[in-house]
Amino acid sequence: MTYETLRHLSDSFGLLFLAFTFLGFIGWTFRPGSRQKHEEAAHMIFEEDQDDG
Amino acid sequence: MDTLLLKAGGWLAIVFFAFIAMVLAADAGFAVHMAIIALAAGITLWVTINKADYAAIGRGILKAPDPGVYDDDPVRWGVIATIFWGIAGMAVGLIIALQLAFPVLNLNNEFTTFGRLRPLHTSAVIFAFGGNALIATSYYVVQRTCRARLAFPGLARFVFWGYQLFIVLAATGYLMGVTQSKEYAEPEWYVDLWLTIVWLSYAAVFIGTIVRRSEPHIYVANWFYLAFILTIAMLHVVNGLSMPVSLLGSKSYSAFAGVQDALTQWWYGHNAVGFFLTAGFLAMMYYFVPKQAERPVYSYRLSIIHFWSLIFLYIWAGPHHLHYTALPDWAQTLGMVFSIVLWMPSWGGMINGLMTLNGAWDKIRTDPIIRMMVLALAFYGMSTFEGPMMSIKAVNSLSHYTDWTIGHVHSGALGWNGMITFACLYYLVPRLWGKERLYSLRMVNWHFWLSTLGIVLYAASMWVAGIMQGLMWREYGDDGYLVYAFSEVVSAMLPMYLIRAAGGLLYLAGAIVLVYNVWMTIAGKQRDEKPMTETPHNEDLDKPIVGKPAIAPAE
Repeated sequence: MTYETLRHLSDSFGLLFLAFTFLGFIGWTFRPGSRQKHEEAAHMIFEEDQDDG
Repeated sequence: MDTLLLKAGGWLAIVFFAFIAMVLAADAGFAVHMAIIALAAGITLWVTINKADYAAIGRGILKAPDPGVYDDDPVRWGVIATIFWGIAGMAVGLIIALQLAFPVLNLNNEFTTFGRLRPLHTSAVIFAFGGNALIATSYYVVQRTCRARLAFPGLARFVFWGYQLFIVLAATGYLMGVTQSKEYAEPEWYVDLWLTIVWLSYAAVFIGTIVRRSEPHIYVANWFYLAFILTIAMLHVVNGLSMPVSLLGSKSYSAFAGVQDALTQWWYGHNAVGFFLTAGFLAMMYYFVPKQAERPVYSYRLSIIHFWSLIFLYIWAGPHHLHYTALPDWAQTLGMVFSIVLWMPSWGGMINGLMTLNGAWDKIRTDPIIRMMVLALAFYGMSTFEGPMMSIKAVNSLSHYTDWTIGHVHSGALGWNGMITFACLYYLVPRLWGKERLYSLRMVNWHFWLSTLGIVLYAASMWVAGIMQGLMWREYGDDGYLVYAFSEVVSAMLPMYLIRAAGGLLYLAGAIVLVYNVWMTIAGKQRDEKPMTETPHNEDLDKPIVGKPAIAPAE
């Protein structure tokens, strides 16, 4: 595998793969019902039965 | 008993082999390092034999740790190590700042020249102070957010002590001139190998604890810690690839050559900033800011978007360290573009941290720890704005190689990393040592103002110095010759170097106030002082009105 093939791979399929993976991860945080889950996650460090001051 | 014997035998073997390596060493630096390793293994051997509970072993009962409490011993050690290395690193920083103003302070001695003390300063504050803070807080946070004790307690202790050995080997190596000449990755091949072992053990402890968690969700701070641990492992291994000249000598040569070596180095170097000094400290921010403010993070969704954006963008920004070099132009532009795009997630994270205080802004007035956190976030925002700006080629042609870069690094390091670390230390110390509160909140306030003033002096003087330096370097006269000799530029910097040293002194003074405050807190003392805020109460007016007729109802 030469430098040229690697470069062409990275600025075509590599780029698309990373871009779509990224958009997928961002899109996932907007899935229906995520607001409630995020709310719970944000509060998990404050649950009362947890004695960590 | 067999295990104990095996362990002790293992440590003895290490003492033995290190001693042989010391005797056969090809150079003095390697010999000293092998002596240090032999000594460290010897101390461990002595502790292993002396601390063993022979009575329990004899009865065949192994003392199991109490599963009902978190495993905080390594966290306590880490807090002390953080403070110790912080003071050492900052003191060396002050010395080298004074060396730049007064060259006589180099002491005409190879061990104390600027060139050897400078990596000592950078590694001490980044890897010793920052690294210990990250290891200690990650052990603390991962246990609390997973509601599980640390996995592999023995390995967790090995990580702590192994990391201290790495710091000692690195620091002594710099003083002796043992370096592979890669910025922020100076330690030679055998120290790199040791750090790899320690770091993989750290990853095992952290991931093991997450696997053992009793909470279904992995809190976002752990995502940042995990990204920090895994990325640093990858960066360290690739950038450290080298071939030693001799297996018994300290010198090695990089596996890469020329511009590939430079790009690998700055791929490492910039992501050390991105994943060590940013992702790791953001993990601290996402746990300790909400805890200290007693409010959940402003937007959990934004924290996840912040996370993925940083991960996907930071890794490409490194080439901006190599503008106008032999690096292909497209790679330079790529580094610049990704650096500018990074501005958005960085500010998203800053806003997320600051807005966590929404509805509790009065805490900035009453709680000096919150004040430190807010300052840290403000500097996170400022330095992540300044960085992308400096990565623009046109700006970089003025700023690169000047003290502006030094000013930028310190606004991030002193303002963001330093202040968030101090705030976390103040949060942790009373909890870890079971005290009701800190010795003195007013001294935290003193620390805050000393540091803030120090950073302002530091950053402002370096901006002026850097821009002046850049402009003087590029000033051509009508005759087409450069107007200023290099020596003239150097002498023009003296006032700024003095102001910078004064700023560093103030910052160090603030850290010494922290040492006293933490020391007294651990000693169990509480300073008798006025509280930071008082709700106004006028006793004279706090009574019903008598002797006047009641107001008649309106007709």
